[in-house]
Parts: sequence; C-alpha cells; structure tokens
Amino acid sequence: MKKPAQEYPVLLDVQDITRLYGPAKGCEAIDFRLHAGEVLGIVGESGSGKSTLLRVLAGLEAPDAGRVIYRRSSNEPEAARTGTGKHESGGDQKENAEAALDLYAIGEARRRALLRLEWGLVHQNPRDGLRMGVSAGANIGERLMAQGQRHYGQLRATGQAWMRQVELDPGRIDDAPRTFSGGMQQRLQIARTLVTRPRLVFMDEPTGGLDVSVQARLLDMLRTLVRQLGLSVVLVTHDLAVARLLAHRLMVMRHGQVVETGLTDQILDDPQHEYTQLLVSSVLTP
Amino acid sequence: MDGYNFAYLDEQTKRMIHRALLKAVAIPGYQVPFGGREMPMPYGWGTGGVQLTASILGADDILKVIDQGADDTTNAVSIRHFFQRVAGVETTTATTAADVIQTRHRIPETPLRAGQILVFQVPIPEPLRFIEPSEQETRLMHALEEYGVMHVKLYEDIARYGHIATTYAYPVKVDGRYVMDPSPIPKFDNPKLDGNPALMLFGAGREKRLYAIPPYTPVESLDFEDHPFEIQRWEHSCALCGSDRSYLDEVITDDKGGRMFVCSDTDYCQTRRGDVA
Repeated sequence: MKKPAQEYPVLLDVQDITRLYGPAKGCEAIDFRLHAGEVLGIVGESGSGKSTLLRVLAGLEAPDAGRVIYRRSSNEPEAARTGTGKHESGGDQKENAEAALDLYAIGEARRRALLRLEWGLVHQNPRDGLRMGVSAGANIGERLMAQGQRHYGQLRATGQAWMRQVELDPGRIDDAPRTFSGGMQQRLQIARTLVTRPRLVFMDEPTGGLDVSVQARLLDMLRTLVRQLGLSVVLVTHDLAVARLLAHRLMVMRHGQVVETGLTDQILDDPQHEYTQLLVSSVLTP
Repeated sequence: MDGYNFAYLDEQTKRMIHRALLKAVAIPGYQVPFGGREMPMPYGWGTGGVQLTASILGADDILKVIDQGADDTTNAVSIRHFFQRVAGVETTTATTAADVIQTRHRIPETPLRAGQILVFQVPIPEPLRFIEPSEQETRLMHALEEYGVMHVKLYEDIARYGHIATTYAYPVKVDGRYVMDPSPIPKFDNPKLDGNPALMLFGAGREKRLYAIPPYTPVESLDFEDHPFEIQRWEHSCALCGSDRSYLDEVITDDKGGRMFVCSDTDYCQTRRGDVA
C-alpha cells in the first residue's frame, strides 16, 4: 500500500490580513495557511468577520493591510490544467516561472483571470452566483466559454454530465434556474463553479437557507466532490454541523479576530477558548 | 441658412466629435464617449447618426440617407431634408454617387468604394448590455477582453431554437479585439463589414457613444464550431428586379393573403430594373 504524502504544499498563504469597516467591524490580523487538498472551515457568529475575510481571500475586496499569497505548484503549469494557453498567452512563461502570486499586487486583469480559471466562489444565495435569465446549460457552460470553448455539442454534453454529477435531472438542461427549487439552484451553482475544475473553492454558507433533509444530501454530495476532485476549500459557515461534516480544520472567529484554530474534531470535542466552548455548547443536537 | 452654422452643429461641437472619431478610428470597435448634443428630433430617430454626419459633412459632399435600405421612408426623407436645409449639400439616392451615406438598419447592396463613409444610427451600442446591466462592469469586461458571456447568449439561442436565432444586431469581433454591436443591421449584412473599403462610423445619440470600423478592417461574426455563422436566405427572388442575392422584404399586397418579396435596398432594385429595361 502506498503511503499518503505527509507534506502537502501550501496553496494559500494568508499573512496578517486586516480589513476593518470600523472598530471590531471586519477582520483583523488574520494569519493562516491553506494546504492543497485541505478543507478549512471558518466558523463564528454573525458579524464576526467571516464573510469579510472570505471576500478578501477570494479577491473581491482589497485588505487594509496584509497579503494573500497564492502558490501554484510548479509542476502543474496553468495552461495544462485549463486546457487553453490562449488567455494567458504572452505572459505564460513568466507566470509559470513565478509560482507565488500576491493576490493584490498582480493587477485586476490577472486577478479576475485567476478567479475565472483557477478559483471558484459559491455564494450563499444561488441567485448571486447564477445568471437567472439563461438556461441551466448556459450557466454551467459560461466558465468554459470564457476559457474559449466554442463547440456547442461539447458544452452541452459537459453540462449534462455535470448535472448528473450534482444529482440534477439532465433533461432539465434547457430550463431557467428560476424554475428550480432552492436546493437545486444551489446544486446548479456548484456545478457551474466546478465545471472548470478549479483548484481552490470558496464557499459562503453553501447550505444556508435550505431545509435539513436537502442540506444533508447537499453536504453528502459536496463531500464526495471535494474528495473526487481533490479540491481545496475555504468554507464559511455558522453551522457547526456543516463544519463537522466537511472541514478538516477549523478557525473560530469572534469580533473580527481568530480566537482558536485546530483540527475539526479537536475543536468541537475539546474546545479551549471560552467563546468556542459557548459556541459548541449552544448547539442543540451536536 | 440664416441663423444656422453650416450643418447645424457649432464648430466647437464638431471639433469635439472629430476628436472622438479619431480615437474611434484608432481603436476599431471601441466605444468612445462624446458630448452628445440636443438635436431637433427625438432620440431614436437617429440623433447619433445625424451628429456624426453633421460633423463630417463638407460643402461639396453628396449625401444619401437610407432607412431599412429605402431612400423614400419617413426617417430617410426627413433627415435628407434636414441636411438640405441646414447644409445646403447635394443629395442623391444613388449609392455609387454618394460620398456620405447615413443609414438605419442596412448596408447598401452595391459594394462601397474607398473614400465613402457610411454612418450608422445606433440605438444600443453596448453588445454586453443584455447580460450585464452595469456600465462600469461592461467597460471593465471590454478592457479585460472578458467576452465569454457573448457566447452564453448564442448558446441560449441554440438551446431554445435549435439554431442561432439572433438575426439582427449580431455581435462581431473587430480586428480580433473588441466585441461590437453592429447596430440593428440584419446579420445578412455582417459579411459586408469585413474588410470593407469604406469607413464605417456608428453613432448612438441617447447613450452618447460613437465607434468605428476603419477601411479594410477584419470583422468576424461570433459563432460556435458546430453552429457556424450563417446569413438569411430566401426561396424567392425579388419580384421587381429578380435579384436572388439581395436582402428581401415581404410586402403584403392585399387582404386576401397576397404578398410579394422585394429588395429592401430601393436604389439597388431600381438600378437593376433600369439595367434590364
């Protein structure tokens, strides 16, 4: 039997991130590393700065201070992964050479390309992540078309394959997302995000607003996908049950600061910080 | 012409539009903002095109105005009269004789030659608008060449209708860079944009944007590999001139189901009939 690798490379290096809208509003001095293939959960009450932190990490909002470093593994050039060298042509050689990208130093064009090609973002409300006016198939195909895929038949086949993968009926590929239920819209958003096989995915309360049975199936599906695709995930949630199911490691936030970090079961079963203890004990059915 | 400057607009305005036009020609397909003026006609009647025509018109130029290909429809007649009155220029209906042609919804069938200028009236200059309502965002998308959503629209057409059902204002990529809305010309006319020897200017009065395709610029209509770009075809020929290669209008002739197909380009049709006779 082959031993699993002990050292996973660092994918995201977050150095001293601060983004404050006011005193204790936002996030302050956040420092952590995300390794390849790891699912990091960020938990905390509403207003603790989780979502602000996620927006900064995902390149949507510049921090007041600190750096977000994204490390590409050098043996996996971008062009080979995405299947198109077209978009980054010219800068290709240079980019592969520099494996570490400072997210807010590389310029908007490259940051947006990164978001589109190598990263994914799953919003809490699927309506923020989907184009509600166009069909499910067009939603799934959009990122592929942005990468330069120009074959309708292939786009459609990929769309149907992904609908099966997220347990949607492929026969509904031409239906508008608004005719889907909340849980189905969330599945569609996940398919749309994962279709380009991103390396790093940010999820903001992916199961928020769904009823419990739908949540359970969605979580099950997410867990399978994360393992199959070898995704690295930053997951923001206030639901400890979701964190327990998906996350390998947890970060507990309060008033914009990290109060405790550790392995998920360690934090949930043996919380050290008083706030974490309060959080864990306030769950009705742990 | 008492009380009016030549061609209605004051010289400062013309200079401002000239500068914007130079920029537009330098960056083919890029939408240049300009300080659109109030014109003595409502938005939607071609105020953008009229301002461009007024700025580029010289005293010896010969002007032709068409609307849906015809020289004798309301819009064409009133704009032609406008320029006769405020510029005193000679007008014509012959495509070959014109120096400046202002058009709404068509490119003449007769091939244009170098030195001619075609001015389009544009209602919505932004091709990305249907999917992205924010102007800030669409400008960023143009700047960063994020044009994936244009194919989302075409994909949606095929998914719904089995073929690309967009028949007018069909998006094009100009000189391999900017995606552009060629104004509501039928896609039948799209191939005429490619490498055309004439200068083509586009003016949107309400949105205060102008853009251009310089002569001999490559213009490519967007499509899919397995659903290539196609132009409209008719089973009929023109009932008047017999042309089988021009854009045809269906005309209802009575209330008993009678109809005929005729060229939408009246000058082309009449010239051919003159040739035959």
